[in-house]
Amino acid sequence: MEKAISIPVNAKITWLRIVRNWQLYVMIAPAIILIFIFNYIPMAGAQIAFRDYNPIGGIWGSPWVGLKNFDWFFSLPDAWRMIRNTIVLSGLGIALGFTAPIILALMINEIPNERFKRYVQTVTYAPNFISVVVMVSIILTLLNPRIGVVGHIFSGLGLPATDLMGKAQAFPWIYVISNIWQYAGFDTIVYLAALSAISPELYEAARMDGASRLQKMRHIDIPGILPVIVILLILEMSNILGIGFEKIFLMQNPLNLPVSEVISTYVYKMGLLRSDFSFGTAVGLFNSVVNFILLISANWIAKRTQEVSLW
Amino acid sequence: MVTQTPRKKLFAREAKSDILLLIILYTLLIIVSLAVLYPIIYVISSSFSSPNAINSGKVVLLPVEFSTLGYERILQYKPLWMGFMNSTIYALGSGLLSTTLTLLAGYPLSRKNFVGRNTIMIYMVITMFFGGGLIPYYLLLNKLNLIDTRWVMIIPGAVSVFNVIIARTFLQANIPDELFDAATVDGCSHFRFFGSVVLPLSKPLIAILFLFAAVGAWNSYFNALVFLRSQELMPIQIVLRNVLIQNQSFGNYGLVSVEMQKLKMNDLLKFGMIVIGTLPLMIAYPFVQKHFVKGVMIGSIKG
Repeated sequence: MEKAISIPVNAKITWLRIVRNWQLYVMIAPAIILIFIFNYIPMAGAQIAFRDYNPIGGIWGSPWVGLKNFDWFFSLPDAWRMIRNTIVLSGLGIALGFTAPIILALMINEIPNERFKRYVQTVTYAPNFISVVVMVSIILTLLNPRIGVVGHIFSGLGLPATDLMGKAQAFPWIYVISNIWQYAGFDTIVYLAALSAISPELYEAARMDGASRLQKMRHIDIPGILPVIVILLILEMSNILGIGFEKIFLMQNPLNLPVSEVISTYVYKMGLLRSDFSFGTAVGLFNSVVNFILLISANWIAKRTQEVSLW
Repeated sequence: MVTQTPRKKLFAREAKSDILLLIILYTLLIIVSLAVLYPIIYVISSSFSSPNAINSGKVVLLPVEFSTLGYERILQYKPLWMGFMNSTIYALGSGLLSTTLTLLAGYPLSRKNFVGRNTIMIYMVITMFFGGGLIPYYLLLNKLNLIDTRWVMIIPGAVSVFNVIIARTFLQANIPDELFDAATVDGCSHFRFFGSVVLPLSKPLIAILFLFAAVGAWNSYFNALVFLRSQELMPIQIVLRNVLIQNQSFGNYGLVSVEMQKLKMNDLLKFGMIVIGTLPLMIAYPFVQKHFVKGVMIGSIKG
């Protein structure tokens, strides 16, 4: 009996809170509507991956073809090459690009001189604000065998002038190293914040025990930022197939295309440039689903082993 | 004892074993910072050199045969200025709309007595990890008649969930619920409270949200590449891409006449355009950097 009474009372209180705060709902409405239109409607639109899209039938009326588009994609030799390219670029990105800011942050954190610290941070954060277009054109000029510094280095070493942008094997390295140049500095922010949040008592205790800076780094700093590292790694893992379009697309040329074609650039070319909407959507959907599975598994593993997770 | 050497001062309080480590760290960080600075200095120096010096690979660090020829020519390159103007419109438009909508969404989500806030958070966060993909998005924009209009550069991306989370975290920490409770005693509504208390206390947040959106709009080319067709709507990044990466010729605009001369000028003009395209951010860098760092810190607290 008690329960039967208390539920309506609670519901009434909730209802009162909603009515009294009606203005809050008005404020958040535009954001909710925009997210619905520009994020949820395309999710429903992704069903054309299972249809043979034509403009007359549209998203809901085009003939249903089941998994035909997916079968077609996986029957292409290109498909596996693209998946491999994507994994190679992401893998190298995680191995080098993900660890670089961690190391840089640990180094900056050790510097006792505040002014030098600030100088290093100001300088290394700057490239983060350079646009992708400018970044890629800087890469192209620096690697230009005629005018760039790499050309000077090659001739200085007595090597023949080579255009590294024309060498397919060099592509993943150019991509990842230039990413480190551009983002490693800025990506230290999160780690530096985590390092500054470590309790000073730990360092005090270590000092009493006569620990060296290197020992403090290994036994206090690294364990201290491990939860942050794990969280960022989960996010990174979930995006293995979702490697960014903007930079790779600009770096592509006919010579490196065998290693530089990735899923996102392929979706753009097939789906929009060739207007094969259903096929492009199928490839994109495959990508999103894999990303989502990776995210959930990475999170699960982290929860099990590190007791850290996104949710 | 007054004449201490600077190095002794620097390491005065360090244990002997740590001094070696610190020397290594200082050296490495100096090398890192020089490696970061080099390409930037190289581009700026090249843009102030003569076409011949660039072409024969003489420019290594500082300008060679100083000249402003490149900039004089670029000033006459109309597409660049049109792009510059368009990008300004897109950056300001995105900044204003995005900041407004994000603040309006962040405030309710930061209130404890806002019924449904967890549901709405989940509704938003899902979109960070799952989407319909490029093609359905394109078809939607097409249906809404947004393709090849200025609106497509401003409206669809106006609400970034990451920014909403930053706003919510900031407001949770800076505008306690008790403050509103006190205001309601005087008969204050949420609208009035938002306008006269929340906004004045959120200046750093407003700067962060505005800069995130505006800098993002200035630097991105993807939306323009995919959703715009008309040349007169193109933002600066597309203009830069056409010239810098696709090697579109300057010849059509009467900047350079003879074929050989054109080739030599091209590299010089490229350097100048890189500098001009990045100039607004270079000027605002100290300000932009400060707020970006703050934004990232707030964002990393939750999320």
